[in-house]
Amino acid sequence: MIEVKSLKKSFGTNEVLKEINVTVKPQEVVVVIGPSGSGKSTFLRCINMLETITDGHVFIEGTDLTDKKTDINKLRTEVGMVFQQFNLFPHKKVIENIMLAPMKVRKVSAEKARVKGLGLLRKVGLVDKAEAYPDSLSGGQKQRVAIARALAMEPNIMLFDEPTSALDPEMVGEVLEVMKQLAKDGMTMVVVTHEMGFAKEVGDRVLFMDGGLIVEENTPKELFDNPQEERTKAFLSKIL
Amino acid sequence: MDFRWDLIVEYAPLFLKGTLLTIGLSIAGILIGTVLGLFIGLGKMMRKKLWALPFKWYINFFRGTPFMVQILLIHFAVVPAFLDTTNAILAAILALSLNSAAYVSEIFRAGIQSINRGQMEAARSLGMTHGQAMKYVILPQAFKRMIPPLGNEFIVLIKDSSLAALIAAPELMYWGRAMQGQYMRAWEPYLTATVIYLVLTLSLSSLLSLLERRLATE
Ligand SMILES: Nc1ncnc2c1ncn2[C@@H]1O[C@H](COP(=O)(O)OP(=O)(O)OP(=O)(O)O)[C@@H](O)[C@H]1O
Ligand SMILES: [Mg+2]
Repeated sequence: MIEVKSLKKSFGTNEVLKEINVTVKPQEVVVVIGPSGSGKSTFLRCINMLETITDGHVFIEGTDLTDKKTDINKLRTEVGMVFQQFNLFPHKKVIENIMLAPMKVRKVSAEKARVKGLGLLRKVGLVDKAEAYPDSLSGGQKQRVAIARALAMEPNIMLFDEPTSALDPEMVGEVLEVMKQLAKDGMTMVVVTHEMGFAKEVGDRVLFMDGGLIVEENTPKELFDNPQEERTKAFLSKIL
Repeated sequence: MDFRWDLIVEYAPLFLKGTLLTIGLSIAGILIGTVLGLFIGLGKMMRKKLWALPFKWYINFFRGTPFMVQILLIHFAVVPAFLDTTNAILAAILALSLNSAAYVSEIFRAGIQSINRGQMEAARSLGMTHGQAMKYVILPQAFKRMIPPLGNEFIVLIKDSSLAALIAAPELMYWGRAMQGQYMRAWEPYLTATVIYLVLTLSLSSLLSLLERRLATE
């Protein structure tokens, strides 16, 4: 589904990703953890080309992202992304946030996009907020809308970059609940998060990144309870 | 001091004509200046430094020289070079448009660059092209932020249009000066012009704040 082969990424002379090799199978939920600055966000952003790839290859369902002939816009519709800072469109109502891309990119009619959008809002428990503007929502509600917005393009893969890090603690649960449901429905997911409970419950695999490398990868249980690498142990002892 | 209301009444039709021309010059300057300013702003934002250079220097020139010099240069040198004759109204419109375009382009650029990078990324991650993201996500938000500085610029433009009197375009200030010349009186013509300019600029301000409120989201 996702195949990352010797991915390297530099910002100027700063080599942020050194040599990343990862394969994500359909319906798999992969959790990425690691200290700040280790390249987790950059890794996710390379998967849907929000960053240009310096070297190596990323295949999404067999299509090479680094191939010049690849239609990046089309490929991006297959890969939904949820950001730490939500990035909802503040000048549009909640329902319009969700309808925009299906209408403009997929050329779906307004009526169909609305029906679909309301269905997704029901799924994340926010139908009653359809006509509200994002600024009037709480952080947890914003993030659930952002998830619904990404789902409206019917992606096969969802990327989450610390989706609960900007939230007040009491709102973390409602967002994780939506993500767990998504995982149970069979969505392929790559999630950067430090929510160990989430990783243990729905994660199939955990990658520990440090210094632009994947230092260790294993099932959540093994990685958390029985880390092999010193760096992993040091990191886990700090966050657990 | 006796205030000669009768002279103002006598000059009223000319003041009216002048005011209409002032409004005309201002509207033309605002419209052409805005459209031109958008292009120049886009030009200056081009990634290739060399291509952006002419736009940068356009802005430097029009912001870095007095408007009075610009309007005299255009009226007495530029327009005759192309038309073999002078044309005050054309020169005034040209000068106002070219000058305000420089300011509008900077307002436009600042407006776009003030929008959080995450907005573009979210739009692109949904599969929108750069153009679609600009059109549906970035520009509507940038436009809202541009209204107050654009309002300031348009007010400056209305006031600057009074310099068209120097090249004998028969706008409001031209008739004010004519009245002073004819009757050797200063209070009546210039107070009248003052009040009319004030009405014009205040009307524009309230129009813009109305628009701003219309676009507000809670
Ligand atoms: N646009 C950029 N330009 C230059 N350097 C960048 C850019 N984005 C990221 N970096 C650098 O790349 C490195 C990795 O950043 P990245 O955001 O991927 O880390 P992260 O693991 O997501 O950290 P955090 O947990 O703080 O989000 C950092 O040293 C950062 O300074
Ligand atoms: Mg990050």
